[in-house]
Amino acid sequence: MSLYYLQKVLYELNRDAGVQQQYLDDVESLLGKYTLTEEERTALKKPDIGLLYVLGVNGQILMHFAAFHKIEWDDYLQSMRDGVTEHGAVRAGVYAMTGGGDNFTKDTEAKQEVD
Amino acid sequence: MALVYAGVCSHAPGITARAERADPVVRDEFYANLEIMRQDIKNSGAEALIVVGAEHFANFFMNNMPAFCIGMGDEYSGPIEDPDWLKIQPHKVPGSPELSMRIISEVMQTVDTAFAEEWKFDHGIMVPLHFLTPDYDLPIIPVNINCQGPPLTPLHRAWEFGEALRRACDAVPEKVALVGTGGISHWPATPDSGKINEEWDRDFLEKFKRNDKDAMLAYDDVQTYNDAGQGGFEIRTFIATAAAAKGATADVHFFAPIPIFAVGCTCARFNL
Ligand SMILES: [Fe+2]
Repeated sequence: MSLYYLQKVLYELNRDAGVQQQYLDDVESLLGKYTLTEEERTALKKPDIGLLYVLGVNGQILMHFAAFHKIEWDDYLQSMRDGVTEHGAVRAGVYAMTGGGDNFTKDTEAKQEVD
Repeated sequence: MALVYAGVCSHAPGITARAERADPVVRDEFYANLEIMRQDIKNSGAEALIVVGAEHFANFFMNNMPAFCIGMGDEYSGPIEDPDWLKIQPHKVPGSPELSMRIISEVMQTVDTAFAEEWKFDHGIMVPLHFLTPDYDLPIIPVNINCQGPPLTPLHRAWEFGEALRRACDAVPEKVALVGTGGISHWPATPDSGKINEEWDRDFLEKFKRNDKDAMLAYDDVQTYNDAGQGGFEIRTFIATAAAAKGATADVHFFAPIPIFAVGCTCARFNL
């Protein structure tokens, strides 16, 4: 059970440009400092947002990590839904999906220009 | 009378990050009400602004999670998020360490608060500041209540903390403004982002408006999680602000669910 360290890597990365650089330059040695399973290590490197979500990474920590990877908002939400489809319900924490995979914004959004 | 303004507002990152995707009419009315808050704070003559926030793992983690923390830095910085994502550029934010020291000392008479001379702001503080002190010229004293890493700060302790903050503000000669910032019901950073329980929000705001301590402290986290999502845990910031307002009623001058902002957007001021 290394969810604590899985989240700790992301906490330290999210708040520190130096750790972000290390993630980009030498992710193996960065992750080597934490107690992680192979599955967690792989998910962090990929990054596999859906799996990280299902493993129970706090949503706020994961949202900042997705932003760091420049993942578009809708893609980020969809990755989490896909993660649940592929791996089952969120295994820990208080950020479980409770809306059945629905999109809660599409009906109220401003009309987007389509080019 | 050293507390010269008390109010609350929302802080969801979508408020800036996804601005162009919101219904422009509702969005602009929300922004106009944040502008009213900015003017109210300015007109109050406030020399410092306490922001009672609910941060999202920018500074505090489960290795050493304080129930309460108050900033005592000379200077802060933010946002920690990718600035192009949040659409708020990096800023230095002035602190007021000497004033912080006096406020913390007074709060500690009744509440064991942690303090921090370093503090990086995430959207939880940067989004409010973007609207309330857009020139980043007013000294900020950041405050955090743990609404993220269970076990969370109990609601009645958030109330007592708010009372202690008020006592501390009243004990200093400076004019101090206080803004609490959090969501009401919301499911942020989940696939359900955009889900809002408007009925629950309106019911909470009724209790908040009349500053009904017993009604606000009667919420229970299991029920809140079911009805209002994990974002609902942030009512702690509203409750602490209500306590700091010492029984004053509140004027909720804006409330509207804006799903792409992931929260029922709220602006309120207390009739101090
Ligand atoms: Fe929040």
